[in-house]
Amino acid sequence: MTDTLLPDGGTEDVPVTKRADWQSDQEVRWCPGCGDYSILTALQLLMPDLGVRREKTVFVSGIGCAARFPYYMNTYGMHSIHGRAPAIATGLALARPDLDVWVVGGDGDMLSIGGNHLIHALRRNIDINILLFNNQIYGLTKGQFSPTSERGKVTKSSPIGSCATPFNPVSLAIGAEASFVARTHDMDRHHMQEMFRRAYEHPGASIVEVYQNCNVFNDGAFETITKKDVRDDMLIPLRHGEPIRFGTEGQFGVARHDGGVEIVEVADVGVDALLVHDEARTDPSTAFALSRLAEGPDRPTPVGVFRAVDRGEYGEAMRGQVDQMESDRGNGDLRALLHSLPTWTV
Amino acid sequence: MTETSAGSLVPEVGRLVIRFAGDSGDGMQLTGDRFTSASALFGNDLATLPEYPAEIRAPAGSLAGVSAFQVHISDHDIFTPGDAPHVLVAMNPAALKTELGTLVDGGTVIVNADTFNDRNLAKAGYDHDPLEGDDLSAYRLISAPMTSLTKEACKDLGVKPRDAERSKNFFALGLLSWMYSRPVEPTLEWIDAKFKGRDLIVAANRTAFNAGHAYGETAELSDHKVIVRPAEMPAGTYTNINGNTALAWGLVAAGQLSGLPLFLGSYPITPASDILHELSRHKQFNVATFQAEDEIAAIGSALGAAYGGHLGITTTSGPGVALKGETMGLAVSLELPLIIVNIQRGGPSTGLPTKTEAADLLMSMYGRHGESPMPVIAARTPADCFDQAIEAARIAIKYRTPVMLLSDGYLANSSEPWLLPDVEDLEPIPIEFASGFNQVDENGDEVFWPYLRDDNLARPWAIPGTPEIMHRIGGLEKQDGSGNVSYDGANHAHMIALRAERIARIPVPDVEVSGDADAELLLVGWGSTWGAIAAAVRRVRDSGRKVAHVHLTHLNPMPANLGEVLSGFPKVLVPEMNLGQLVRILRDEFLVDARPVSKVSGQPFTPGELQQVILTETGDDS
Ligand code: SF4
Repeated sequence: MTDTLLPDGGTEDVPVTKRADWQSDQEVRWCPGCGDYSILTALQLLMPDLGVRREKTVFVSGIGCAARFPYYMNTYGMHSIHGRAPAIATGLALARPDLDVWVVGGDGDMLSIGGNHLIHALRRNIDINILLFNNQIYGLTKGQFSPTSERGKVTKSSPIGSCATPFNPVSLAIGAEASFVARTHDMDRHHMQEMFRRAYEHPGASIVEVYQNCNVFNDGAFETITKKDVRDDMLIPLRHGEPIRFGTEGQFGVARHDGGVEIVEVADVGVDALLVHDEARTDPSTAFALSRLAEGPDRPTPVGVFRAVDRGEYGEAMRGQVDQMESDRGNGDLRALLHSLPTWTV
Repeated sequence: MTETSAGSLVPEVGRLVIRFAGDSGDGMQLTGDRFTSASALFGNDLATLPEYPAEIRAPAGSLAGVSAFQVHISDHDIFTPGDAPHVLVAMNPAALKTELGTLVDGGTVIVNADTFNDRNLAKAGYDHDPLEGDDLSAYRLISAPMTSLTKEACKDLGVKPRDAERSKNFFALGLLSWMYSRPVEPTLEWIDAKFKGRDLIVAANRTAFNAGHAYGETAELSDHKVIVRPAEMPAGTYTNINGNTALAWGLVAAGQLSGLPLFLGSYPITPASDILHELSRHKQFNVATFQAEDEIAAIGSALGAAYGGHLGITTTSGPGVALKGETMGLAVSLELPLIIVNIQRGGPSTGLPTKTEAADLLMSMYGRHGESPMPVIAARTPADCFDQAIEAARIAIKYRTPVMLLSDGYLANSSEPWLLPDVEDLEPIPIEFASGFNQVDENGDEVFWPYLRDDNLARPWAIPGTPEIMHRIGGLEKQDGSGNVSYDGANHAHMIALRAERIARIPVPDVEVSGDADAELLLVGWGSTWGAIAAAVRRVRDSGRKVAHVHLTHLNPMPANLGEVLSGFPKVLVPEMNLGQLVRILRDEFLVDARPVSKVSGQPFTPGELQQVILTETGDDS
């Protein structure tokens, strides 16, 4: 795109920052013990390492507990309306490729009211980083079942259990042609930071599902898999180029089976039978199969980067068209435009 | 050919209204458009009104599939596509059936006789052939076998007869060109250019056009020949423009005048899509067009771009505006520049997508939750869409507010000659982005307040990327000045009053009374009714009677002198293409006994209808 009258960060080196530089002066107001705190801390600690400028960083959110996030970051931020953050972030990212645009939202915000915007942002591969805090419940409205709540979930709005099958956000994102899809959880700062960094570095749209505990309305939803003492047996770490293996002794693994994948005992099948994770595989079917290993957080669940493929970013293509029309026709000439239909002179 | 005559047509001196009608596949829009261009080049003043069927593919020959194009040409300045047509071109029985009722008594009917066969007659619901009986006895009928004459003329060109048949609309155009003395060369040149590279089609269309022209000459239709002389128009260069194109160009101009890149977020919807199409063709003006996944994303992306310092625009029609309501509310709260263009159409719901109506005024004024004021302006003619697009941008940018720009299906598609402005004369739109701290806090530290006000009560446009002044904004109520989230009741009351005041204070030009300032009766209009009201007022005044007319371009805020003007007239009528929306606002704001004149048939007012209203109202029984 041509000059936009916009301030330019220039070419000087990015100043060194510390965590405090990324903290705004606003008091953080989540419930004590909420998983959102550890996610916020993980990100605020990571930001100085990314080598980015605060003024070039924007957090856009919708509505919900998670959507309070921008207020706490000392960057630019917009707390918008329910579900629409991916759409607003899309316009911002397309208009301003010089910015790092992050989108933060919960499962209700992003998968229910804003589901359409989420899938289209992923499909178009807009250059934004989406952090989806999944707590499987509506928190801010005080405890209704969400699109990721398990079937049969008893809540205020489903006193004898919800009737709906939940979304699996990773499956949904892969189905929506996402080029980067990862999952992490709020009990592991290091893993979160690793996933956030990868999301940041990925060109195009990236989405990280963060299993987040809502200790008020859905406490312990992920305990069965994320608690320190069960983690090794219940979380399946995905590492690019390595056989997929888990368990305290590394005794379990994932192997291909019947067009999909299944969990196996390494002792039964041998190490060579294990699936070697390839996040860069163009065909998404294996990544999708991995996302289907666990229906909910009560069975061994893969975490890590499911998919990271390079494919054209929308904004680049869009700006390329502006450039193309400029080089074909020269910069816009308003007088010529007004005279472009047949004219006559009186 | 058969010709019957019943009295002679005497078109009103110096002007003529022709309506082209046929099946959607007959190319009537193209034919009408070409006739219009030839008339424009000839120097007539003119106005056009195309009417499309709502169905993409209504069955061929059916009543639902009729497509029409009306053009009004004149030797003096005119304001509308005219009342009842003087001439109807009906390419098939369905077109005759649906359109005949609009024709003036004694008008001319030109039909393609070849299409009046049993099958087509049945599809049109005729149980007899109207060309044979008394149906058309009140009109002058010219019945020409256009299809067979076209095929005959093209037979040596090597064109397949089926393909040759497609050129029959050019036969009609040639015939009309002869009858109404239109220049021939521009149309032939246009055929060459339009169908360039397809030599057979060029040859067939040229041949059909010439055959139609010759048919007029040799079939002794000379008593039908009419000349509408060129109009006297202000000197300058003109182009024939429709409302949607003018609006798109106005947005491009606003981008150039402000130096801002344009960002259009839009979702396809009739009758607004042509603005999206047009802007998509002009990316070299630093225009980004984003076809969003839905109406909400369309405005959301535009708002995101506006936050980033671009000129954010979304274009839509009524149903889309309904979906955008929440985001407009956010824009009101964020106090960011944004343009929402509503090309109104018949509602509620899907309503009449291809027909016009102007029933979204109250929605534009009040259709958001909470106290959510927004400037509203409306274009009055196709060419005025250009000026009002610039005006919308000017207000949005200067006052940091979303602005609703109203047009309608009629303005969108109808056209008029436009005296092209000198680009140098267009006033630049100044831009100022916040660049640093603007406040000192209690500790003596420099800080940035995103909601600190300027003299216009506008907050700074502080775009991401600007060092030092990082800040957070959102839809939650905020403390005036600091912009921090605030749940304080007194602050909320203050912010509501402030948001109302900052819009109410936007200066807009006073209204001017046209016509007789001492008349008993004042007509107040807004939007596209301007043409019909102005024409009706002129006719009534020409007949020696007094009447006045006021037109509102700015609907929110309203011109400061409006109340005083209204109070000067004992009778106030408000013609609107709705059941009475502006009239409600006027009664509410100014306590005047204004009364509505409504039309909601999907078609604009005609001058004749309003002329009658005025005559009745001013006590004339003629
Ligand atoms: S309601 Fe749940 S998600 Fe929301 S802040 Fe409280 S603990 Fe966190």
